[in-house]
Amino acid sequence: MIAKSFLVIASLFTSLALAPATVVAQEKGTIKIATQSPLSGGQASLGEGIKLGTQLAIEKYKGPLEKMGFKVVLVPFDDQAKPDVGVANARNIIADQDILGVIGHLNSGVAIPSSEVYKDVSLAMISPANTNPTVTDRGYKNVFRVCGRDDVQGVVGSEFARGTLKSKTVYIIHDKTTYGQGVAEFFKADAEKNGLKVVGFEGTEEKSNFDPIVTPIKARNPDLIYFGGLYDQAGPFFKQARERGVKAKFLGPDGMDSSDLAKIAGKAIVGMFYTTVAGPVTVYPQAKKFADEYKAKFGKNPEPFSAQAYDATAILLQAIETAAKNGKPTREAVSTAVRNVKHTGLTGTIEFDAKGDPKQSSYFVIEVTSGDPQKWGENKPVKRLVIAAPGPKA
Amino acid sequence: MDLDFLIAILPQALLDGLILGFMYALIALGYTMVYGVLEFINFAHSEIFIVGAFVGVESLLALQATGALEALPWPLVLLLVLAAGMIVSGLLAVTVERVAYRPLRHAPRLIPLISAIGVSFFLQDFIRFIESIWRNAFNLVYPSIEALDHRFEITTRVDVSVKSLVVIAAALGMLGILHVVVHRTKVGTAMRAVAEDQTAASLMGVNINVIISLTFLIGGAMGGAAGVLFGIQYGLINPYSGFIPGIKAFTAAVLGGIGNIPGAMLGGLVLGFLEALAASYLSTLTGGAFGAEYKDIFAFSVLILILIFRPRGLLGEVVRERA
Repeated sequence: MIAKSFLVIASLFTSLALAPATVVAQEKGTIKIATQSPLSGGQASLGEGIKLGTQLAIEKYKGPLEKMGFKVVLVPFDDQAKPDVGVANARNIIADQDILGVIGHLNSGVAIPSSEVYKDVSLAMISPANTNPTVTDRGYKNVFRVCGRDDVQGVVGSEFARGTLKSKTVYIIHDKTTYGQGVAEFFKADAEKNGLKVVGFEGTEEKSNFDPIVTPIKARNPDLIYFGGLYDQAGPFFKQARERGVKAKFLGPDGMDSSDLAKIAGKAIVGMFYTTVAGPVTVYPQAKKFADEYKAKFGKNPEPFSAQAYDATAILLQAIETAAKNGKPTREAVSTAVRNVKHTGLTGTIEFDAKGDPKQSSYFVIEVTSGDPQKWGENKPVKRLVIAAPGPKA
Repeated sequence: MDLDFLIAILPQALLDGLILGFMYALIALGYTMVYGVLEFINFAHSEIFIVGAFVGVESLLALQATGALEALPWPLVLLLVLAAGMIVSGLLAVTVERVAYRPLRHAPRLIPLISAIGVSFFLQDFIRFIESIWRNAFNLVYPSIEALDHRFEITTRVDVSVKSLVVIAAALGMLGILHVVVHRTKVGTAMRAVAEDQTAASLMGVNINVIISLTFLIGGAMGGAAGVLFGIQYGLINPYSGFIPGIKAFTAAVLGGIGNIPGAMLGGLVLGFLEALAASYLSTLTGGAFGAEYKDIFAFSVLILILIFRPRGLLGEVVRERA
């Protein structure tokens, strides 16, 4: 009896004692930047790259906010490249009032449902890597991207196939995700419109055994195979296709862009091409310093999309600064401020249009020069196009 | 519909089906053996299978690091890696039985089943945990063995690789050895006795626990061998790679008559053919309406149809209710 009441009084005192302590320590408050990307699973290398790029940017650009009295913290989330996990994380993110922006996602199929959750609270999401047009076509005021779009990327790929590779026939494979199937369909539409014959269009979720899919491809003998999907699936497919004597050239979208593709497929992908909305770090002049700092701090080379995450974070922090003139900003104020930011970063000058796309984006066609994963950053850009984002659909 | 095209790719599609079928058959043997002796479906077998694949890749990477991979003749390398996979998987199966199934042997039938599913999930993430610490990698790539990757052109349209032939040879070999063990040795007779009636067998002097452990050892070892061959055949594995082939092999075992060893082989082949033919033909046959992604649905639909009309499976025996 006495012990119980003693405990109650003791806990009451402790909480009273602690409360003012926490208030005093914070000054103006903590601002958190969340990242959502796959940190585990087959696409973790790209997801990690986004997180680490954001981390580096926070360290570089938090100065002004800290001078204002805020503490700036990174809160990484692992969306495992799965829509349901992304949405579950999104709910946790919006519940934490200190989080004023999200840098993410990697996969468009995860970003789209997660952004529905962010929209409810006008939480800004700036994507370094989501290329599916639907992400911004919905016209949400809080959704942005700093990279290009698949409706342009697919066309860039198709034009390259016709113009430079001189392919007459193409066999298209996609991975049935929003991203992979999306970009494959854009490629197909442009190919069919312009005389490049599509001799096959297959979707598959298969990750190991591509024999039954390679058999009809081999029999049809196309000039080119276009794989709309990601490297963890494309790698085994390309490897098995080459082993079985398929002679076609390989082409893919930015999902191919990872050193793991070389790790999985090795020699099979030397000489293949891929389009990307994120050039290799070597193509951006200021990025050399970034790459060196990244390597020094994290012990590995920056992955594709690290530089984009870095720029996206810089934009977000700049927007928070603008909105923080009168104390800690609301999420809506941050979203509005992001839309008005004009930032010159590692990947160029970024300014957003009404939908949240960058007004101009660079698209690259890159050739794989070596099967060595360490040399992935040395892949040669053979073409660079700067294309305006498509306007709102009629 | 391009009939010439369909006929032209038929031999290769059938060969793809044969190879895939033998792969499923090898895995199915593990399920069927355990069911035959214990009337229990070991759902953790899919993970025992993939553990074999992981042991295989780690052994090959170790051999590669020491330079032995190029130095040794490939049959020796293959045997070493297979042995490693079989030993680890076999012992793992025995351990799982001891820890997760034996305490539940007299519980209602559903309980060990749930335990097996739990072991399956546990092992998936356990492998992932180990590999994330050991190699910090999710997808592991099998080093290429030149001789195994070599392809023979049987005709202009049909080609097969050495490693596919190894899979077929291994499957047939294991089936043969298993047949001899189960039907011609004392141990095999004991296993069949335990399968028929556990109490009577123990009264006849058979040590039930030893026989059950041995069943798991043999079933696990075959799963391990299947895992190594799976890894060599497809080149890329991750901790969750075992789940889908495991489910398919289990349905193959059921299709052939669960508990029946030749049935597992037959069921595996049937499922392999269905899947490979569907993947290669569905798109062309349906004019693009259904593509290769429906291969699994197609294969499982046929399975459901066969089981509706013949619930005991193709080679299974009708189980009479015990008096």
